[in-house]
Amino acid sequence: MMENANVEPGSGAVPLPEEPELHDTFLLKLYVAGQTPKSMAAIENLNKICKEHLLGFYKLEVIDLARNPALARTDKILAIPTLVRNLPTPISRIIGDLSDEEQVLIGLNIKKI
Amino acid sequence: MPHPTFNMTPPDVQLEKALTGIEGLDEITSGGLPKGRPTLICGSAGCGKTMFAIEFLVRGILEHGEPGVFIAFEESPEDLAKNVASLGFNLKELEEQGKLIVEYIHIDKSDIAVAGDFDLEGLFLVLQSCVESIGAKRVSIDTLEALFSGFDNHALLRQEIRRLFRWLKDRDLTTVITAERGDGALTRQGLEEYVSDCVIVLDHRIIDQVSTRRLRVVKYRGSVHGTNEYPFLIDDGGISVLPISSLGLDHPASKERISTGVPRLDIMMEGKGYYRGSSVLVSGTAGSGKTSLANFFADATCRRGEKCLYMAFEESPSQIKRNMESLGLNQEQWTSKGLLTYYASRPSLHGLEMHLVKIHKMVKEIRPQVIVIDPITNLTSLATMSEVNAMLVRLIDFLKAEGITALFTSLTSGTQSILEATDVGVSSLIDTWLLVRDIESSGERNRGMYVIKSRGMAHSNQIREFRLSSEGIDLRDVYVGPSGMLTGSARLTMEAEERAAAVTAEQEIENTKIRLERKRQALEAQWAVMQAEFANEEEEAARFISQKKSVQGHLMEDRNEMARQRKSDDAEPLNVKPLNLHPPTLKPSAVNGRKGE
Repeated sequence: MMENANVEPGSGAVPLPEEPELHDTFLLKLYVAGQTPKSMAAIENLNKICKEHLLGFYKLEVIDLARNPALARTDKILAIPTLVRNLPTPISRIIGDLSDEEQVLIGLNIKKI
Repeated sequence: MPHPTFNMTPPDVQLEKALTGIEGLDEITSGGLPKGRPTLICGSAGCGKTMFAIEFLVRGILEHGEPGVFIAFEESPEDLAKNVASLGFNLKELEEQGKLIVEYIHIDKSDIAVAGDFDLEGLFLVLQSCVESIGAKRVSIDTLEALFSGFDNHALLRQEIRRLFRWLKDRDLTTVITAERGDGALTRQGLEEYVSDCVIVLDHRIIDQVSTRRLRVVKYRGSVHGTNEYPFLIDDGGISVLPISSLGLDHPASKERISTGVPRLDIMMEGKGYYRGSSVLVSGTAGSGKTSLANFFADATCRRGEKCLYMAFEESPSQIKRNMESLGLNQEQWTSKGLLTYYASRPSLHGLEMHLVKIHKMVKEIRPQVIVIDPITNLTSLATMSEVNAMLVRLIDFLKAEGITALFTSLTSGTQSILEATDVGVSSLIDTWLLVRDIESSGERNRGMYVIKSRGMAHSNQIREFRLSSEGIDLRDVYVGPSGMLTGSARLTMEAEERAAAVTAEQEIENTKIRLERKRQALEAQWAVMQAEFANEEEEAARFISQKKSVQGHLMEDRNEMARQRKSDDAEPLNVKPLNLHPPTLKPSAVNGRKGE
């Protein structure tokens, strides 16, 4: 069994997952395609969530695939809008207009404050 | 009541088609898949959908210069490249040439969280970027249904798929979309609802542990298409479909004659042999020399510099070659020149249809003038008689259309009464039918051969004794005499007896002649003696007559003298006529034998 610094064997204590993450910077990419209602809603929803939960800890890049379709191929984007969390690892993806805040937080692995 | 007639001119605009380049498919669909429209290929796992999709693209690139995009949801480009390398397709090379893009899109449901509404615009963008980067004209999507396992919102998916088809159509992309076969429906997700132009079903059936792939065009809007199930084959040359409905009875008949390879058999058929393009059946019991006849025919074909394809379902090529060497045939010389091709396979290797496809394929590849199938009866182990019959009808039609002379051998078993009846029921399709059979008599088996029928020629009706030796095939007249038909040593014995009898008769005639001659000589000798005797007698008679005459003369003179002396009156002198005592003259012919005459 691998020894993990955060886990004390036998203690039963589970390290809080948000603890290290809160100190990491979230690197987020939101892929949209043009000024569609879903894209606009996604940008709005994401901004709101980030301000509420990740203030100061995130970098957001909004990519308009309508302007640069080749990126859809390289970044393997099928659904629009797609939010990709590149950091912290592992990479995770959330699709949709991000109107379901709870799902977004679960997807980004952020606990509600 | 007469039907109303419409004087309508057909529209100039006809459905444009894109040739797939897949062997046989373009014939079934009379010109390929609908150009600029999506075609749905559905089938269960392992039936060749992906192969179809990739071959459609590769042939499009190689044969029609149309670049293609392959969207793979299931297989990675590496796996795909490996899988089709066995078909001789080099995907990497085509990609490097900028003619093909293999885009792998991996969907893993566990990786994706859904939070709100979304659409699949990304997929469209991926497609767009791929298509634009190489100017693609063809697209394959394998398989679209992977989307359904990736996303839960099926209502949305359906809407997006509908949009995708419209999108593809708008861009004039000829597309092949594969889908899994569903229960009771063509596809699991009912995709056929969206693709209204062309639907092709692939099927992979196992009957008696032998698998057969079949293809059927379920729907092809705006086009005539074959509706049958067509067997198809995936081998190292890709997919080949066997069209079966395109054949008819309109093949031209050649008047050319070609040698059977056995001079005496040629003589039995007006001295010329088979018609070119005809079908020949050689049937016979085991070991009666069918394969040998077939090989002699193959040999004669190669001697003319023509190509022969020999499908052997019983023996390996090397075994046939070895066996033919014992008959003085060197088949190796023809195989090394590429004129003779042996193709050996066990009938149970494929289903019946596969064999047919295989034969088609090889005929198209090799383009032989003559094909030998040895024997067709082995195929019956695969299917019912009617199926074999149907297959042979198609095969014979195909070969006739191609102008190929075909020789089939057929193993018959049993007694004579069924010898002529059980030849897989193909006799009516056959133009020339030779029967080789064993004739058992006086403790030995001999081979007898005769021409049961041969359409369009005055063939011999004689039974010939069929002999195999190191000098080849020899056909001999059988002995037909009062004691019936004799073959083999019985014939030899009978012939020897006849020879002896003839010699005896000859001698008798000679004896009679000699006897006659002797008699003639004897008679002639006798005749000579008699003539000699007669000559003596004649001489004597002549002497006697002349004596008598002179005596008579003297007597007269004396009497006259006496009268003068007696001074008698001048009495009338005594007129004594001399006696006619001349001997009868002999005919000169009768005295031929006399010498000195």
